[in-house]
Amino acid sequence: MKLSRLMPLLLITLLGNAMQAQAGEVSVAVAANFTGPMEKIAPAFEQATGHKALVAYGTVGKFYAQIKNGAPFEVFVSADDTTPARLEKDGLAEPTSRFTYAIGKLVLWSAKPGLVDDKGEVLKRGGFDRLAIANPKMAVYGAAAAQAMKQLGVDVALEPKLVYGENITQAYQFAATGNAELGFVALSQIFKDGQYAPGSYWLVPPALYPQIRQDAVLLMRGKDNPAATALLTYLKSDAAKQVISAHGYEF
Amino acid sequence: MLLSSGDLQAIWLTVRLAGIVTLILLLFGTPLAWWLARSKAWWKGPLGAVVALPLVLPPSVLGFYLLLAMGPNGPVGQFTQTLGLGLLPFTFWGLVIASVFYSLPFMVQPLQTAFEAIGERPLEVAATLRASPLDAFFTVAVPLAMPGFLTASILTFAHTVGEFGVVLMIGGNLPGVTRVASVQIYDHVEAMEYMDAHRLSAVMLVFSFLVLLALYAWRPKPVRGA
Repeated sequence: MKLSRLMPLLLITLLGNAMQAQAGEVSVAVAANFTGPMEKIAPAFEQATGHKALVAYGTVGKFYAQIKNGAPFEVFVSADDTTPARLEKDGLAEPTSRFTYAIGKLVLWSAKPGLVDDKGEVLKRGGFDRLAIANPKMAVYGAAAAQAMKQLGVDVALEPKLVYGENITQAYQFAATGNAELGFVALSQIFKDGQYAPGSYWLVPPALYPQIRQDAVLLMRGKDNPAATALLTYLKSDAAKQVISAHGYEF
Repeated sequence: MLLSSGDLQAIWLTVRLAGIVTLILLLFGTPLAWWLARSKAWWKGPLGAVVALPLVLPPSVLGFYLLLAMGPNGPVGQFTQTLGLGLLPFTFWGLVIASVFYSLPFMVQPLQTAFEAIGERPLEVAATLRASPLDAFFTVAVPLAMPGFLTASILTFAHTVGEFGVVLMIGGNLPGVTRVASVQIYDHVEAMEYMDAHRLSAVMLVFSFLVLLALYAWRPKPVRGA
């Protein structure tokens, strides 16, 4: 084998690797409800900074268990503010890095047009068999839905009709496939690029449920990774905020 | 008390589900396995492959298709609605039907192997003694295939107990209806109740070990000279 012929190839490969190392990668755990915006933010982040975000989507409780047991995540984009705070207390997150990147909105949605009215009267009127919500025990959107039903005084009456998704994505799935006529979902799931998904919806008034503050935090593993801090900075940028608000979140 | 009432409810539900699924599969899996073992039809191969599909398919695929099929716009959903049964997802019987599909190969394949091992000869002898095919099946084939029946039943039961992905997709996590032990453990972990998760997981671990021990250590020899 002629080494001289291979040299240019080898050089290119080495150079490529070196450039990649400089550009860096960040491993990030993202709450399920933020999937839509993150799928747009990750490539934009790569384009803007050259850093690559390796994204995993899942439930907050699962990520907490994984991070506590040594999962190699460097940034955690949560669906709540309590879990990042808890990671801080556990010494697994950088205390000064936590910030609210979005405030989530709860919406009552049906894939059927005309079923949900703009005052949510359908909850009192009935005429449906199943109402999907995320599990209130572990999902913030589920807890918010349970609280809203309580405030409306319909929680006892609706209890037999509830079906529980393990997270907000599954609650949406139950409603989207029509297996549940109604579902409490995140606005981000039915509002994309300024457009509502087909069907009918009611924006639950914020007074009916505790504010859903979604926090992001730098994990200890990403403390010395420039790509990790860059991602958190990018999440605060106007470009990211534009994507986030286009998915129905507020700030 | 070691386990909470919710945990006990989940365990009882799991045992009930696995028991019913095993009975149903014994009833329908036996003729299917018998046919697969004996037939020479060209579509024996394709049918065998369909039976084995749940071995290969991720439970999420199976659960997703079942959710669509059993939903209001799916063929199964429209059928059950026409019958006035309503929709199957989020019900115990919906889980039973899903689990029958999910555990099908665990019943059919050991039985098929057992039936094939018997061969033609004992049945031919039975026929010369004027046993009807049905008679020969129950007095000759079933006793000879008894170890196969045992293996198939234990595997089916155990596999249904271990079911998770499909239940998660179509169950809706209803206590006493669809919240089986595996889902209950998942809930404990998600809610960061690690002690509760530990307790129930330990019970499942011991149970699974005992089932497998029964399967491997206490395997009866086939009845000879039946």
